[in-house]
Amino acid sequence: MYEVGASRRRNHMHTLMKNVMIIPLVTVTFFFFGWWIYWAFPNAFPGMGGIDTAAGASFTPWSENMGTNLQDRITGVFWAAFLLFSWTAASIVSGSVIERIRSSALWLHAVMIGSVWWIIDAAWGWHWDGWMVKVLGYHDAYASGVIHAIAGGYALGVIMVLGPRLGKFAADGTPRDIPPHNPWMLTIGIFLIYTGFWGFYAACNVPVIAPEVIDGQIVGTTWTATNIYLAPTSLSAITFNFLMSLSGGLMAAYVVSKGDAFWTFSGGLAGIITASAGNDLYHPIQAMLVAAVGVVIVYNLHYWVERKFKLDDAVGAVAVHGYAGVVGLIIAGFLLWGAPSSPYEGYATINPIGQTIGAVIMFGLLGWLPGWGLAKIQSAMGVLRIPEEVELMGLDYAEHHAYEDAKSEIIAADKAALAAK
Amino acid sequence: MSTIGYDSWAVDLAEVGPVYPFQGSEVIMVVLGVIFWIMWHRIQYVRESAHLEEARKMGDKDKVAKVMERY
Repeated sequence: MYEVGASRRRNHMHTLMKNVMIIPLVTVTFFFFGWWIYWAFPNAFPGMGGIDTAAGASFTPWSENMGTNLQDRITGVFWAAFLLFSWTAASIVSGSVIERIRSSALWLHAVMIGSVWWIIDAAWGWHWDGWMVKVLGYHDAYASGVIHAIAGGYALGVIMVLGPRLGKFAADGTPRDIPPHNPWMLTIGIFLIYTGFWGFYAACNVPVIAPEVIDGQIVGTTWTATNIYLAPTSLSAITFNFLMSLSGGLMAAYVVSKGDAFWTFSGGLAGIITASAGNDLYHPIQAMLVAAVGVVIVYNLHYWVERKFKLDDAVGAVAVHGYAGVVGLIIAGFLLWGAPSSPYEGYATINPIGQTIGAVIMFGLLGWLPGWGLAKIQSAMGVLRIPEEVELMGLDYAEHHAYEDAKSEIIAADKAALAAK
Repeated sequence: MSTIGYDSWAVDLAEVGPVYPFQGSEVIMVVLGVIFWIMWHRIQYVRESAHLEEARKMGDKDKVAKVMERY
């Protein structure tokens, strides 16, 4: 809804279809191999142990666990929870490339970011056994890096090859604003994103679990909520921190954008994303201030990159997701310095260097590089961007002309009936 | 050294209270938070005043009448 609202009227049907078809394509590929990657790849990095086929065996598409099975009633639910995040990662990329990418090209990118690259980073840095958690002390409780930095980095790689929309830059290189065709749709869309994000926060936790089930170092019998790494947090913390970081982001974005509605709403999202890496442990006021700092940085960085490199990020996704994710990871390294990254023995504690390396891996290695590489291949084959004539005419007529043709025909018939009276 | 007071979870959670960073600095954090909030109102008030003053000078009678037609 957000993306459709942001597109121009002559492209909105195409924009809608481009995003909606991400859902089935990422779903089936996440069933075929995405979910297996998560369980088999936590240590699939040079020197870390390689692919664990035994751990992944239950999650191959031919496993008995991946179906109706009275010995395993829950795998499908966890699969779907992660799948939601896969859709999100792909949808973030989709927003930045509207009105000029070929759907066929975007859908390949959607499969790669949604069912391959983000789930590799989740295995490495968002899994109790991930090598980044063990070695780097990587901490990213609500996915500043593992969803947002990677998706923003991936989008940046694609738009660098794809190029800007026609008319985005004046002849002297000055960027032009291309206003959304429907600000109300955009508003409802982003509020739905906020709502979904809150649900995502809840889904990232184990709501309550006994220490002996965690099987780590925690002693005693007190049950606790945990983050994705099985380290203690509380549901109260995430509720406080989600709302305070949303508010800090909205307030800072309103000021820095001088009341621009689009950036204020996006700033709320960027605020949450910046604070998300540490929102399982932050104090609410820390969450609010981290969000505000992040928003000021990403807003200015967005316009600097746009002016300097002539990049057209149509919905600000690279900034709101990518830059905010990177900034959030690094800030968490300082604010949570020395805190345990895991309840298991021998894991590195959270630290700024580990978080910065983690940000580079998320944004650069698993995000930007694959996005840029695949876009380069598509561009060389001439299958990345739509023809200029189609871009000027609008994709709705060019690709979805059945609706436009039917509309013209029925209007003509009505006019003929009126004239005949 | 750990900003949250724990560098390992080898503890009995029954004996653990706050785990946010910089415990003991709550009052300072509240002061910073309140400054952020008050500053927001101050910046917004000043900017809105400037905008309204500018807008007040923009509208001649014909223009205002035309705008009223928009409802």
